[in-house]
Amino acid sequence: MADVTLRSVKKSFGKTAVIHGVDLVINQGELVVFVGPSGCGKSTLLRLIAGLEDISGGDILIGGEVVNNRSPKDRQIAMVFQSYALYPHMSVFQNMSFGLQLSRHSKQEIKEKVHEVAKVLELTDLLERKPKQLSGGQRQRVAIGRAIVRNPRVFLFDEPLSNLDAALRVQMRIEIAKLHREMGATMVYVTHDQVEAMTLADRIVVLSAGRIEQVGAPLELYHKPCNKFVAGFIGSPKMNFMRGTLMEAGSQTTTVKLDAGPVITVGVDSSGAAVGSAVTVGIRPEHILVDQNSSLELPLEVIEELGESHFLYAPLSTGEMLTIQGRGDTTLAAGSAIRIQFPEEHCHLFDADGKAFARTASAKAEEQFDFRTLTTQQ
Amino acid sequence: MALALSSGEQVGAGGNRSQLTTARIRAAWLFLSPMLIALAVVAAWPLARTFWLGFTDANLSDLSQSQFIGFENFYAVYDGEAYGLLVDPEWWNAVGNTLYFTVVSVALETVFGLVIALVLHANFKGRGLVRTAVLIPWAIPTIVSARMWGWMLHDQFGVINAALMTLGIIDTPIAWTANPDTAMWAVIIVDVWKTTPFMALLILAGLQMLPNDIYEAAKVDGVGPVRVFFRVTLPLLRPAIVVAVVFRALDALRIFDLIYVLTSNSTDTMSMSVYTKQQLIDFQEMGYGSAAATLLFMIVAFMTVITLIAGKLRFDGEGER
Repeated sequence: MADVTLRSVKKSFGKTAVIHGVDLVINQGELVVFVGPSGCGKSTLLRLIAGLEDISGGDILIGGEVVNNRSPKDRQIAMVFQSYALYPHMSVFQNMSFGLQLSRHSKQEIKEKVHEVAKVLELTDLLERKPKQLSGGQRQRVAIGRAIVRNPRVFLFDEPLSNLDAALRVQMRIEIAKLHREMGATMVYVTHDQVEAMTLADRIVVLSAGRIEQVGAPLELYHKPCNKFVAGFIGSPKMNFMRGTLMEAGSQTTTVKLDAGPVITVGVDSSGAAVGSAVTVGIRPEHILVDQNSSLELPLEVIEELGESHFLYAPLSTGEMLTIQGRGDTTLAAGSAIRIQFPEEHCHLFDADGKAFARTASAKAEEQFDFRTLTTQQ
Repeated sequence: MALALSSGEQVGAGGNRSQLTTARIRAAWLFLSPMLIALAVVAAWPLARTFWLGFTDANLSDLSQSQFIGFENFYAVYDGEAYGLLVDPEWWNAVGNTLYFTVVSVALETVFGLVIALVLHANFKGRGLVRTAVLIPWAIPTIVSARMWGWMLHDQFGVINAALMTLGIIDTPIAWTANPDTAMWAVIIVDVWKTTPFMALLILAGLQMLPNDIYEAAKVDGVGPVRVFFRVTLPLLRPAIVVAVVFRALDALRIFDLIYVLTSNSTDTMSMSVYTKQQLIDFQEMGYGSAAATLLFMIVAFMTVITLIAGKLRFDGEGER
């Protein structure tokens, strides 16, 4: 196992720059997830670490050694591809042992190693099968097994679960988490699925247009996004954004007049910000409260019932559509009106450039959220 | 047709064929009939007629006087001596020549075609231009390229003799197409030159079907390029190569134009088709020639079946391994 360090890594394809100087340290034994919208460069970054693409600038270090000019095999990494990339004409055993045959292992050693890994991944009965005789989940396990037998310093996963159906994805996600815990391996995992990112990662790297937006633990990104992009990207459904004007700055609370009319208090430290400047208030759908005593009344346009929760869609007077998430069923009807309020401790505030103001809400306030939503539902 | 018939059978077994199914089967036959009629006129009828003529003593000068003579064109014994195609050394010489030509030329074309396909598959500047250039020999009509090579191989004025003499490799001009030692090789070289592009194109199509990710997986696994070629590319490419070889072999077994133009009726290079044409047209032996044509058809059909079965068996064998 080894750590991975990226030092202002750049990559361009011809004249198009796709990675603009990325700095990142991935610690030994850590599972780091790259997330971002399609085309943000997350897969490219992974391929740069793998050595499948050459970097155009900067340094990549694995285990403290610069590997810029080393071929993939000399980097001692293993990669699991989205399409599994199994050799279609080889059996599961041959697929898993193909990369070992060249190194100095004896036939017996290879056999033992493959059987050992196959046992862990429950592939023992499938060793003689061809990939086309396997289900998607089994194929992905073979691909992971092929990576494990090589005993690499770093595991690279390129959207490994996107070709699986939803139920299998959850199952494989848990298996990967288990593998990571048992092996203590350094893993870099690329996905566009933020549930995978939130559940698997020790740290998440949010990428956008070839730059790192924020690096942090999953809950840190959820509670303290450093800018509007991360705030909107992490969390599903997306955070609601409302344009407004700063009325009163403060170190504990800030007062904002929303373009839609109401004046609200937001629990952020805006000391030093200019009164009258344009800001954006953000609040997650699960944090908006439905409150009959509130003065803010909105038309309820659409209701989506999911069983364990429901979504209410209500437009502000500016046309900005708010999504409100509640627990269980709702008694409200589409076409009626709802009264809502924005708890100040759950609000985020971003300046005109999208940069977040530091939140002053205590961790305690976050914990109270479940209780509060439940009580207002009744 | 098979689809329409089998679905019809299924419903028929159930007892009542729905109106929709009946209409579909009728439509299928309607669409198929022009093709079936065309095939019957241009393939089935001439073939049947050739088979029939093979059992007669027909002569090209007067086809109406032909009589049925059974297997006499193939094998007959008069006064203790055997006659007929099956004991004709010239025919068997032609069969031998054809098989030799087919095996050697198709083998060479496969190897060269594979090499060229691999080169064309690589990403380099001017690839489109090279791809087009490689196809030129294939685009030239056989008669034209045979004539062209005939001149290049000419014993007195040929550019090949001139080049080899200038380089000092040979000291007297060689009559490439007339010399029994070189005639067959001259034919093979010209055929390889002409049809390798076809082979390359078929194999290239197969190469482009191969998934890219397994090559990246092999790279990460640290498997060298030679090993990747023999253990990954070649096994995956085999279906495409088998198809290409079958196509080319069927073509080569009935080779006529190239040999006829380059070496005329020389027995050193005479193929089954050249022999047949000689009997039919030059000797006007319509019956005997038709018998040869019938045998030629049988041999080609036999080879096709063998190749297809062999190709299939190997796939299944691999599945068991």
